[in-house]
This record gives sequence, structure tokens and C-alpha cells, in this order.
Amino acid sequence: MRASLFITCYNDTLYPETGRSVVRLLERLGVELDFKPQQTCCGQMHANTGFRGEAFSQAKRLVRLYRDAENVVVPSSSCVAMIRDQYPGLMEELGNDSLRKDFAALLPRIYELSEFLIDRLGVEDVGAYFPHRVTYHASCHGLRGIELGERPWRLMARVRGMTLLPLPNLERCCGFGGTFSVKNAEVSSAMLAVKLQDVVSTGAEYCTALDNSCLMHLGGAMHRQYAGMKTIHLAQILAATEDSPAEATV
Amino acid sequence: MSQVASYHPVLDPTLAPPFPQAVLPVLRNPQLRKNVAHAIDVIQAKRARLVAEKTDWQELRSAAAAIRMHALENLGYYLELFEARCTAAGGTVHWASDAAEARRIILEILRQENAAEVIKIKTMTSGEIQLNPFLEANGVSAYETDLAEIILQLGEQEPSHIVVPALHINRSQVREIFARRMGLKDLSDDPKELTNAARAWLRKKFLTIPTAISGANFLIAETGGVAIVESEGNGRMCLTLPKAMITLAGIEKVLPRFQDLEVVLQLLARSAVGERMNPYTSLWTGVTPGDGPQRFHVVLLDNGRSSILAKAKERQTLKCIRCAACMNNCPVYRQTGGHAYGSVYPGPIGAILTPQLMQMHHAQSLPYASSLCGACYEVCPVKINIPEVLLELRAQVVNQERRSLSRFFDPMYLGLRIASFIFANAWSFHAAQFFGRFGLGLFTRKDGWIHSLPSVGGKWTQTRDLRGLPAQTFHGWWASRGPRSGKEAK
Repeated sequence: MRASLFITCYNDTLYPETGRSVVRLLERLGVELDFKPQQTCCGQMHANTGFRGEAFSQAKRLVRLYRDAENVVVPSSSCVAMIRDQYPGLMEELGNDSLRKDFAALLPRIYELSEFLIDRLGVEDVGAYFPHRVTYHASCHGLRGIELGERPWRLMARVRGMTLLPLPNLERCCGFGGTFSVKNAEVSSAMLAVKLQDVVSTGAEYCTALDNSCLMHLGGAMHRQYAGMKTIHLAQILAATEDSPAEATV
Repeated sequence: MSQVASYHPVLDPTLAPPFPQAVLPVLRNPQLRKNVAHAIDVIQAKRARLVAEKTDWQELRSAAAAIRMHALENLGYYLELFEARCTAAGGTVHWASDAAEARRIILEILRQENAAEVIKIKTMTSGEIQLNPFLEANGVSAYETDLAEIILQLGEQEPSHIVVPALHINRSQVREIFARRMGLKDLSDDPKELTNAARAWLRKKFLTIPTAISGANFLIAETGGVAIVESEGNGRMCLTLPKAMITLAGIEKVLPRFQDLEVVLQLLARSAVGERMNPYTSLWTGVTPGDGPQRFHVVLLDNGRSSILAKAKERQTLKCIRCAACMNNCPVYRQTGGHAYGSVYPGPIGAILTPQLMQMHHAQSLPYASSLCGACYEVCPVKINIPEVLLELRAQVVNQERRSLSRFFDPMYLGLRIASFIFANAWSFHAAQFFGRFGLGLFTRKDGWIHSLPSVGGKWTQTRDLRGLPAQTFHGWWASRGPRSGKEAK
């Protein structure tokens, strides 16, 4: 099977190890991956801050770029939510007929990573080995935005050696919210403090998620507060095996 | 107009500071935050339990959403039907285009009634038009009869929630207020004792004041009736003893048929307080000789609602049945409580309703008072897509900023404009990554983390560190990998 990787702007810049892990994981599962170096951003930051015109330009760019892709894999639930929830409105308001047609054809071929593994490849056991205590943060866009449901748990249940510790108040937001984290920094920090308390209470070594934006927020607080735990994208856990363990995280 | 004196407005969006500033005193008040978080957690858990026992919850939501939207899309028709049926039943219907007109109409009726005092059933709409201070300034004393509203009125505080207005106050604080204002020095903070004190205080009002003001949970077009939903029974007291009743209702409160109550009432009590049914649901239609108020007025308030109705995406805001599930499940509200929203309508619904009622002239920080987590939409019993409306309002705020000079001094605005050029091409994106790594490198410590940043970045680093930019981007790594051999990538 062929798939094109949309790495997303912040993974490309800040979390390349997540991208490398997606590549390792999918190639191990026999996927023929390609990567379009022209890609930039899905437009989520602009759309969520009210810059619709700018968001549309980026949406248009993305739709044109992946028009011919067989499948598009995105290791970020919020970017997938952006494409599914907001692109239709942007296309309707600002797009022309040919763009709308391209988008409608592309949309069903866009997969969040866990969706791609379970719905498209039909695998739950990806052969991963990760001998650590881990708690999973569901992230709002994964949970409510694109409704990943049981998928992440089905994948995690098959990771050998891993102890999965349930996170209390799973459905509660970590307070990141993109530009919310700086526009309303005080409220965002208060929400983060509550979330971090829950995360630390699990006694896990790692907090994982399918979205590095939440993890950047949580990880930043963990580092500031010497919380004694780290964040890791689920792709990195799924890519890890006995022979080639997860890349060391900072 | 000359006889209408000036007054001090309360929770007024035209005067309230922007949300990020308004939250500061709250975030520094640990007692208030504890009260709010505790109350919210209790209500949230009760709601979740009772919603889970309804197997047709999603169908009920869909039905209610359809009923409410149908009413809004035919609002003119149903309002005129309500007016005709209410009038036929002996009521008098008044139309108020804005808050000032509604206040004048109510004062006029009170003067016809020679009322120097009036008792009130809990109504947020009267808070919206700032009725109490207006009446006070015009020589009419208004007495709240809802327990929480009594606490606020005696304690000279503002509501912080639409269903549980004194949510931010705990019982030892209630004891203090009652002891001071009712002159009960030996009062304990036992809930039963506090309730009894309020009851004794209230009974005197019920027995001596023959004029009442209410809001409306629903107006029923088919019958011309009004429905009020409450838990204490004090509202029903206001509906039986007084000689005259004035109901103030937003025009969006209309339901087409009596049987529509079957759907919305099932949703309302569960969503609002986590109860299967609220203890008191009062319905009344016009006047009934020898029973209840003999003079009945309904004031239908527009106050910006018809302009919301005219907009396709925003219209859904008016579906709201004021259950407060959105704020009870909002992680932002849980931290801030209601006062920071600068309006009687706090929480996610307030964040979309208030700016629109103000026609975007004020309260422009409210659409940004959300992390867009979507919990509000998930629990809304009438399926208002609050995040969608928030985004629409944010776009309106940005479009205003595009035409104003202030944009040149707003680092966030400039940053996002620059970012849009950066994201327009791969070469500019890659160049920005290169210079970003260089620039942030100046702030990156030996441990690879950034602990302090200037300007907008400082908002991030006030409570969180930021991992320094890695030496190699993903696309750089991909390019360095060269042509693939088909073997596992290393």
C-alpha cells in the first residue's frame, strides 16, 4: 500500500523524531511512503485564531499538493480535525468548484495515524515493544474532534512490555488550545496545572498522545516543574521494538 | 424619560475588562476557585450519571435541536401566534426592541400597579437588561426569591452562573451574609438552618408584596402559555399569591407546541442540575378568574436577538435553553468561574452570546476565551456547535482588526500575518525554520530547553519551558536519507 506523509509544520520543526518514527513504523508494516517536501501547514493556527483568508490559502495549497495521493497519513489529530471540520466551510466560502471537487475526493483518503493503522491497514499489533509505564492523554481533537474512540487503546493493548496506566479526567482539556495558550496564558496555565496533577498522579514514566501540540504543553510544564516524567508521541512507542528501541527523548 | 434616574450597571459588557485581565483577580482567589471547581465537579458527575441512563439521549438532542431551530426559522409566525393566544387568554403582550424599552415598559406597568416593591422569580434576562438597579433608582425595591439570588442580593454580589448563580459562594460565606443582613447572630452554617432563615425572610415578602416579575423558560405559541422550571417552589409562590405578574422573555424562548415541552423538559433538568425531573414546573396561560395573578403582562425582548437570527452560522446561538451544561463542562469556566465573562451569561454560551448581543461592539475578547476543546458542544442538549460560532466570531474580530491601526501594535496579529507568508511556500517555511533555530538558539540553555522568551513568547515561558529546536528538521532528515532501499529505515 502507498501513502503520503503529511508531517505537519510543528512536527517538522519541533518533533522530527515523531516523523522518523512514523516512517519506521509504516515501512516496517510494508507501506510504501512518500513525502512531499513542498508541504508546510494545514492552516489550523490561522483558522482557530480567526484568520480565515490565510487559513484558506494554506488549505488550498494542501488540497492541491495531495490531490493525487492514494492515502495521506497525518500524525496529529488536531490537524486532521482541522481538515475535516473546517476545510468544508472554507472551501464553501472561498473556494471554486474545481477546488471543492478536489477536496471532496481527497477527504476520505486522509487518515490520522491510528485510523490509518486500524481502518486502512487493519493491524492492531504493530510488533511494538516498549517496557515502560505509560499514561495516555486522549487530546480533545482526537477524542471529540475526529472521535478516535477505541483505536488508540487497541493499538496500545498490543504493545509488549508496556504498562498502561489510566489517566483520571481523561476527557478534560490540557489548556493548550493553540494561540489560546498565549492569548489567555493565565487560564491556560491554570488548566495545565490541573491536567499535570492528574498525569503525574498515574505514576507513569511517559505521557503519550496522538498530538504533539498537547504534549508540547504538558512536556513544557513537566520540564519546568521537574515532574520526573516525559512526553512521547504514540508513533514513537509503536515504532519501538526490542532490536531498535524508541529514540531517546530530551 | 426625565423621571428615569441613572443607575450603576452590573456585569456590563460595555464596561467589563477584557477576559484575560478579568480572570486575574479570580485566579488569585483560591477560595473562589475551590468553590467553583467543587460545585462544577459535583454537577458534572450527576449530569453524566443521569444522561447515561437515557438510552435515547442522542435522539432527544436531535429532536430538541430540530424543534428549536424550526421555532427560530419561523420566529415571526410563532411570536404572533403566542401574542394572539396569550391576549385571548387575558394577558397583555408588549414588544421591546432593546433593554431600555423593556425597562421603561416594566416600570410603567409597576407604576400602574402602584408598586413600590416587587418580588422576582429568578430570571437571567432581567440581569441582561440590568433591571434591578434601574428599578431601585426609580423608587421600586425588587426582592429576589430564588435562594441563590437572595444570597447574591443580600451579599451585594453578582451571579457567576445561569442556573446556580451563587455557585462561587460556599455555605460558610452564605452564613456570614445571612447573619449580617438578616440580623441573625447565632446562625450556623447548617444548610437546613440557612434554608429556614431564608424561608422566614421570604414568607414576609410573599405575604406582603402583590406584584411579581418572572422570566420564562419557554413561551408556548400554541397555547399562549408560559413555562417556568425551578427546584425550590419559590417561583410558584410568586405565581399564586400576587395580584399582578410581569413576565420578561427573550423572543427566542418560544416553542411551537405544548407537546414540545415533553422533549425539552427531559433534557433540561438532566443537563442543568443532573436530576431526572426538576421539582417544580409551572405553566400558566393568561389569567384565570379567582386564581393567581389577575393582571398578566408579557414583555418580549429583542435586544439584539433578531440580528443574530439573521445570520446563518450564528443563528444556532438562539437555540439555547439556558441549561448551563456548557459551562458546567467547560475546563475554562472551571478555572475562572463566571464573573470574568463580564456579563450575566458566562461560560461558553456567554462567550458567543454576549459579543453578539453587543453586536460585536464590546466583549471582543470573549470569542477567544476558549481552548476549543469541544466539551460544550458534546453536552449541549440542543446541539449548539459553540466552537463553530466561536470561530465565526473570531473571524469577525480579525476582520475588524484588519481595518484598524491597532493591528500594527499587536504582536499576535503581526505574527500571524507573517506566518501566513511563511507558510505560503516551502522555501520560506524552510528559511523560517533555519532562522528560527538560530534565533531560538540564543535562548536555549545547555540542557536543550528554553526557559525564558521575550514578547508573546514570554506568555508561554511564564509557566512552561519550550524544547529547543532540534538540529535537523524532519524534511531535512528525509532528504538526507536519500533514495530508499525498501529496507527498514534507520
